[in-house]
Amino acid sequence: MPDLHLLLRPFFSLGRYSLLLSQAFISLGEFKTYRKNLTEQMIRIGIDSIPIIALSAAFSGAVTTVQTAYQLVSPLIPKSIIGSIVAPSMILELGVVVPAFILAGRVGARIAAELGTMRVSEQIDALEAMGLNSVSYLVVPRVLAGLVMFPVLYIVACFVGIGGGVLVAELGGFLSAGEFMQGAREFFRPFDAVFGIIKAVVFGFIITTIAAFKGYYTRGGAEGVGRSTTEAAVTSCVFILLGDLLLAMLLL
Amino acid sequence: MIEIKNITKSFDERIVLQDVSLTIEEGETHAIIGRSGSGKSVLMKHIIGLLKPDSGQVLVDNVDINTVPYGELRTVRQQFGVLFQGGALFDSMTAFDNVAFPLRTFTDLGEKELRERAQECLELVRLDDIGSKRPSELSGGMQKRVALARAIALRPRYVIYDEPTSGLDPETSNRIDELIRSLADQLNITSIVVTHDMHSVLSIADRASFVHEGRLRWIGTIPELHASNDEVLLDFVKANEYQIGNAGATA
Repeated sequence: MPDLHLLLRPFFSLGRYSLLLSQAFISLGEFKTYRKNLTEQMIRIGIDSIPIIALSAAFSGAVTTVQTAYQLVSPLIPKSIIGSIVAPSMILELGVVVPAFILAGRVGARIAAELGTMRVSEQIDALEAMGLNSVSYLVVPRVLAGLVMFPVLYIVACFVGIGGGVLVAELGGFLSAGEFMQGAREFFRPFDAVFGIIKAVVFGFIITTIAAFKGYYTRGGAEGVGRSTTEAAVTSCVFILLGDLLLAMLLL
Repeated sequence: MIEIKNITKSFDERIVLQDVSLTIEEGETHAIIGRSGSGKSVLMKHIIGLLKPDSGQVLVDNVDINTVPYGELRTVRQQFGVLFQGGALFDSMTAFDNVAFPLRTFTDLGEKELRERAQECLELVRLDDIGSKRPSELSGGMQKRVALARAIALRPRYVIYDEPTSGLDPETSNRIDELIRSLADQLNITSIVVTHDMHSVLSIADRASFVHEGRLRWIGTIPELHASNDEVLLDFVKANEYQIGNAGATA
């Protein structure tokens, strides 16, 4: 007979996750407690992530351009169609999902490791014992910073990704920058960008809340911190994939 | 005054505390003693509401901290300073900022006054020259003293010490004991010391409570401890490096 406790574990986790979120939501009013940390986290989560996000986006745009050019061999299809494929691919999918996976590792793992270490070394207990709301001080600024900065990183990824595509198109002799941009403009729908921003906000929420949850409830010393960090990254990736599909089915 | 009334606590069906009742009087230094894993740290965490009992009450100045709203619990906690076993210093801050942290968070002091007050706390623990160092650059004893300076920064009425001398050499342990005693006298603090170090207990405590296998087995003053014929308590005391006779002479 399967262990009942093991079967119910996901429900316990879901319950605790919901409790932490509701506590974070209630703590939103305590702006004074998290104001300083919010700025710091926006820099760490957002600004510090720009180089890796820009690099991955540039390569995503460049590779998509090369592969699309490779597939379009018919002289009947105008070359500008490459721009019409690469730009929406960046805006709808590549500019948000690829960065989300990178950020699940970079930001999610970091949040889980930081909070996990604070938990096992009793620093969170010390905050609580002082009379400070540890959720407001530690969790709220990280989640808010994710919600604000992920869309910013998405915009950066889109611009750099399309830029990477244009550069490779021109340098590789596939098509001119003008043709690329003409194709990109032709099929551009403003809703695609809105959809991308919505996805960025949702992924920001998934990554920061799961990481905060895993870190905040870490148990068991260094091994526990390692476990929380891995679980935060893996669980975030799974929910990013699920969220991606769900949002596409709901909004497109 | 802190009153612990009939508290019981279990983790995953394992009973850690069973029907423990205890009163900590205003101004006393009360030691909670017992073997490792006897439940004394769990008991300590109940006193500031970091853990909630399965049954029973914890009253701080007649306020039941397990039934009050979270906001009120935080107000009660501001009367406490806690020295955690590992110091629990915030490793992202310098030693000085650790001590200044509660002052910055809970008072409206100006920067100059705040710095003076934090410096004063560091001087009280005789560490006025290490303010710019990070916790990782300090020895275990120094970390505990900085943590102690942080614990007393808000001039709390109660200070809880969780294993204040564990892992320290005898000389540093003596220095910590002296500090606990002098802070209690100078600042009129009610102190709760969770420890298994009998030398420390005999040097600083007014009364002691012996927790054994999750139950409060014995409570009394230090002279009463010397006179006790409870076998389990005596075994515990004798098992310590400082036997009761020798340490009694020191005390």
